[in-house]
Amino acid sequence: MSTVAIDLAGVSKSFGGKLIVNELSLSVARGECFGLLGPNGAGKSTTARMLLGMISPDAGKITVLNEPVPARARLARVRIGVVPQFDNLELGFTVKENLLVFGRYFGMSARKIEAVAPSLLEFARLESKADVRVAELSGGMKRRLTLARALINDPHLLVMDEPTTGLDPHARHLIWERLRVLLARGKTILLTTHFMEEAERLCDRLCVLEGGRKIAEGKPDALIDEHIGCDVIEIYGGNPHELSELIRPHARNVEVSGETLFCYAAHPEQVRAQLRGRAGLRILQRPPNLEDVFLQLTGREMEK
Amino acid sequence: MGESYAAVMPANAYNWIAVWRRNCLAWRKVAPASVLGSLADPLTNLFGLGLGLGVIVGSVEGTSYIAFLAAGVVATSAMTSATFETLYATFARMDMSRTWEAILSTQLTLGDIVLGELVWAASKSVLAGTAIGTVAATLGYASWPSIFYAMPAVALTGLVFASLAMVVISLAPSYEYFVFYQTLVLTPMMFLCGAVFPMNQLPSSFQHFAGLLPLAHSVDLIRPVMLERGAGDAALHVAALCMYAVFPFFVSTALLRRRLLR
Repeated sequence: MSTVAIDLAGVSKSFGGKLIVNELSLSVARGECFGLLGPNGAGKSTTARMLLGMISPDAGKITVLNEPVPARARLARVRIGVVPQFDNLELGFTVKENLLVFGRYFGMSARKIEAVAPSLLEFARLESKADVRVAELSGGMKRRLTLARALINDPHLLVMDEPTTGLDPHARHLIWERLRVLLARGKTILLTTHFMEEAERLCDRLCVLEGGRKIAEGKPDALIDEHIGCDVIEIYGGNPHELSELIRPHARNVEVSGETLFCYAAHPEQVRAQLRGRAGLRILQRPPNLEDVFLQLTGREMEK
Repeated sequence: MGESYAAVMPANAYNWIAVWRRNCLAWRKVAPASVLGSLADPLTNLFGLGLGLGVIVGSVEGTSYIAFLAAGVVATSAMTSATFETLYATFARMDMSRTWEAILSTQLTLGDIVLGELVWAASKSVLAGTAIGTVAATLGYASWPSIFYAMPAVALTGLVFASLAMVVISLAPSYEYFVFYQTLVLTPMMFLCGAVFPMNQLPSSFQHFAGLLPLAHSVDLIRPVMLERGAGDAALHVAALCMYAVFPFFVSTALLRRRLLR
């Protein structure tokens, strides 16, 4: 069995004359958590849907779990669990009925589904909700049920399209913790996100997309080191353009984004010295993160 | 291109059952309301027209008008229950409630889903046909076992109209467009196809056209059975209905592929 879970080679897709995915190539190893990172409209969801055979590429070659996609996507999907961007649970069914109905789509018998359901509900922390109608669950619970449902066929690969978008921080942390458990069990995860923190916490490797093109790829730490490699000073207030002229000689790079000035400096104390005594400024010094990488690469902030 | 169409066709002969069972589970939660709702309209037609007009009309083709009409109402209700199930419930599952989207992430293909939905809609036709047939037989407008002999034809009718409605939902941008299909196709068919009055009352040019319509084949299959008469050309009617069921199945699956799996 190949050690590669997902392989995309020169994949392109356009809708209505607009290029959404542009000659994208990437490879995800088994057991790895790989992130597709980018702003809305970067082509993340389209890429995720192409992997599942739900969209046919115009050009390029896709292989998932050794099956050519979309031609044999059905056979790949037998070993894939999907967490879609928008919940598509059966709202009128109970939690348990959702698992039953979904398990049947994989050809599982009711007995087999009943055998695995308790452990899935425990995993999703929904043991006490088994007989509750889905319509009555909170957003976080629905998301966890979607995750439990995606695991019903004991998949090798999980494809998750923005798994925590729209969740509150507590619910989001719970999902992250659950995903780390899955990774520890050896599952492969491909996730799309526009949360830098999510990508940094979970992903072994990631690829940054913009306008359907890959603009960077690597381990989160390595990307941060390679593209930033020094502390970041965020400056709010004042005239960002005037301030940027003032500190530019002491900084490696200065970016203006909205009302915020991002200053990348190997010697931040020199920058701070320049700003000393100026009223109305708020200054925050912090280690660099993926958000800075994205800003550096595109000159733009990613939506939060 | 051919390969990608092959990939959306039913993967095997039994995958569709999971879709059918999903719909059955959802239906069981609202079964009483659903049965009452599907009975009200045909029974109103049967008694309103049958008893009211029956007095004026007298006998038709050697039987009472209401007995003549009962078979037409069974065929028509098979048509409408399969059509409405597909137009409204199936369309919702395909569109707003994202049920199909969830199923498409499993090992089922689009063709498996379409097939499951069609058989489910046909099951609802059998349910409606059985309910109306039971009422008609209880009141003596049809003989007892014969209504059950008519059920295969009712199921086939349901399959045909579910399949045709599937083409409609694969093309319609939203609910608003379904009314055209109802008023311009279904309602005329009910009057043209011998459900409420014999087709030989139509001008002869209409008769030839109407004889080709699917509901005409259904009525010509169901009425002789319910009136315990020998059916002429049964094989021809069955063959015609099979074509009306199978051809739209492939057309709608191809159209739905374009709509959902670009």
